[in-house]
Amino acid sequence: MNLTIFLLALFDGISYAALVFIVALGLTLIFGVMRILNVAHGSLYAIGAYATASLTSYVLALGFAPVLAFPLMLVSAVLVGVLLGGPIEWLLLRRIYNKPEVLQLLVTFAVFMILEDVQRLVWGTQPYFQASALQALGNVTVFGVTYTVYQLILLPVLAVTLLLGLRFFLRHTVIGKLILATTEDREAAQSIGIDADRVFLFTFVVGAVLAGLGGALASPTTSILPGMGADMIVLSFAVIATAGLGQIEGAAITALLIGLGRSFAVYVWPEVAVLVPYLIMVLVLLVRPEGLFGSPVARKI
Amino acid sequence: MTGHSTSSPRPAPGSRGLPLRSLLTALGVLALAVIPVMAPGLQLLVNLALAKGLAVLGVTVLLRAGQVSFGHALFFGVSAYAGAFCVAALPGADLVLVLVAGVIGAALAGLLVGLFVVRYRGIFFGMLNLAFSMIFWSILEKFYHVTGGADGIRLDRPTVLGMELGRGAFELVLFYLAIALVLGLGWFTLRWFASPVGQLFQTIKTNETRLEYLGLSPRRVLLSGYLLSAVLCGVGGSLMGMTQGVVTPEYVWWVRSAEMVFIAVLGGAGSVRGAFVGALIYEMVRVYASAFAGDIWQMLLGAFLLVIILFAPGGIMGILDGLMRRATPARAPARTKEAGQ
Repeated sequence: MNLTIFLLALFDGISYAALVFIVALGLTLIFGVMRILNVAHGSLYAIGAYATASLTSYVLALGFAPVLAFPLMLVSAVLVGVLLGGPIEWLLLRRIYNKPEVLQLLVTFAVFMILEDVQRLVWGTQPYFQASALQALGNVTVFGVTYTVYQLILLPVLAVTLLLGLRFFLRHTVIGKLILATTEDREAAQSIGIDADRVFLFTFVVGAVLAGLGGALASPTTSILPGMGADMIVLSFAVIATAGLGQIEGAAITALLIGLGRSFAVYVWPEVAVLVPYLIMVLVLLVRPEGLFGSPVARKI
Repeated sequence: MTGHSTSSPRPAPGSRGLPLRSLLTALGVLALAVIPVMAPGLQLLVNLALAKGLAVLGVTVLLRAGQVSFGHALFFGVSAYAGAFCVAALPGADLVLVLVAGVIGAALAGLLVGLFVVRYRGIFFGMLNLAFSMIFWSILEKFYHVTGGADGIRLDRPTVLGMELGRGAFELVLFYLAIALVLGLGWFTLRWFASPVGQLFQTIKTNETRLEYLGLSPRRVLLSGYLLSAVLCGVGGSLMGMTQGVVTPEYVWWVRSAEMVFIAVLGGAGSVRGAFVGALIYEMVRVYASAFAGDIWQMLLGAFLLVIILFAPGGIMGILDGLMRRATPARAPARTKEAGQ
């Protein structure tokens, strides 16, 4: 492995990790606060990607500048979060907070099945390409390796910004503290006047926006296909399970670990590249069942 | 807890089962048995439904412990591929050999995956199973020089006890084999639920901590049920593979696992009969509905799943039980809230 290949693998890994992290961040935030694993998160990711590709193609066809692709990503993500995430929490999840975990899992799984078909109905099965955002930023050359600015700089910077932003938001703003209080003890929070329903709704929408944003950001770098949602939910679950459910900073490190592991495998042994994230997850969980950064939960008897 | 063991498929000695239910079961089996004569057009469909029903039974077993697996198609596929490799390696292999190879494959895979996943419950249990099935799926797709990739591999018609059968005769043998396996394994599963291990296994749903107080290892107990569920899925997969004559990675795809979970919940979460009733109804509806609702099939499944979970958590068997209780009020004391078997 010479320097060029090493750098290529490194850059691939970092940009991939940034994308996976953004999606996993939403998943782990929702789990951390609501104790629900949203299987439909993968669909929200895919719909975010589809929506961005369609919106961008439409707007660019009207003759606007390609730079407009960036705000459109944000628009699509927010649309996904508000139009899909909102009703999912409001109409469905709200009914099942006191039901067994397995039922909650089944409900989000059912939503996932529904949304997979919605994608196919709206966007068909043909792959979509929309790389204007990628081209708009051009390339950069590092030690003789040319890479896109979008993937090498924009994505990692955004991922780190989101991580720090969410940390700041949760610890230093009033709404963030309300969320943390509700996470800690829902009943106690309600008894001091926090509207837990609204906190949950807000959290779920933010998580869904992150899923949509992940899809929106991924859309210029890949062809958008049916089935990408299923891959992403399993992958982002692998990331947050390896990190420990609900661990936000841990998810960032794990995403990097898994992203790099996968991209190096692509150059060394391509057949197993897809398996690397899961191998890492299984190895970590064998040694630490709570994940790398999780702590064992005290049992209630 | 006692409600689980009060009935078995046939009125076995000492069982206090509802006679009406046993009668209905016997009638149902009889109706299935005459299908090749009365309605040959349905034979293949019912055969596939029964194969799927066995796999659903595997998922149902785990539901009894309060666990849901989104990856049980893994064992379905492992078994079917094991059978296909077996026939490819030994041309003219016997049907029994193919079935045994499939079951051994599924049991080994079940042991390997089981040893790992029994450390977890709930979300982790469900999602880790999904991850394992996705791993196996990508292996099948990527190592195409061995597995045939997305096209899969042929599973040539095996001999039956040394005899080379024609297509029609072989399908008939498979059909009655499927019925026999459904009856045998269904009965076995009911007895297993009633056995000490089976009772301990169901305690994982109600109160796992008490299990530990008894000095028992919940992991080992869960593993025994997990192996049973893997083997049941394996038998279903082998039957499916032999019926279709080809095995593809689609056998392991998450949609297949989702379908199993769906049918298990539709039939009645935790109900042995429900698994087969659900599978039969599901296949019938699917064949006729796919003509005009093929594009939104998954959407319909998802919506229906939501409706069942939110409004009829007992599934079909729960509804039937309610009807039966109304029909025979004197015989039905307050049964458990659990769906019937």
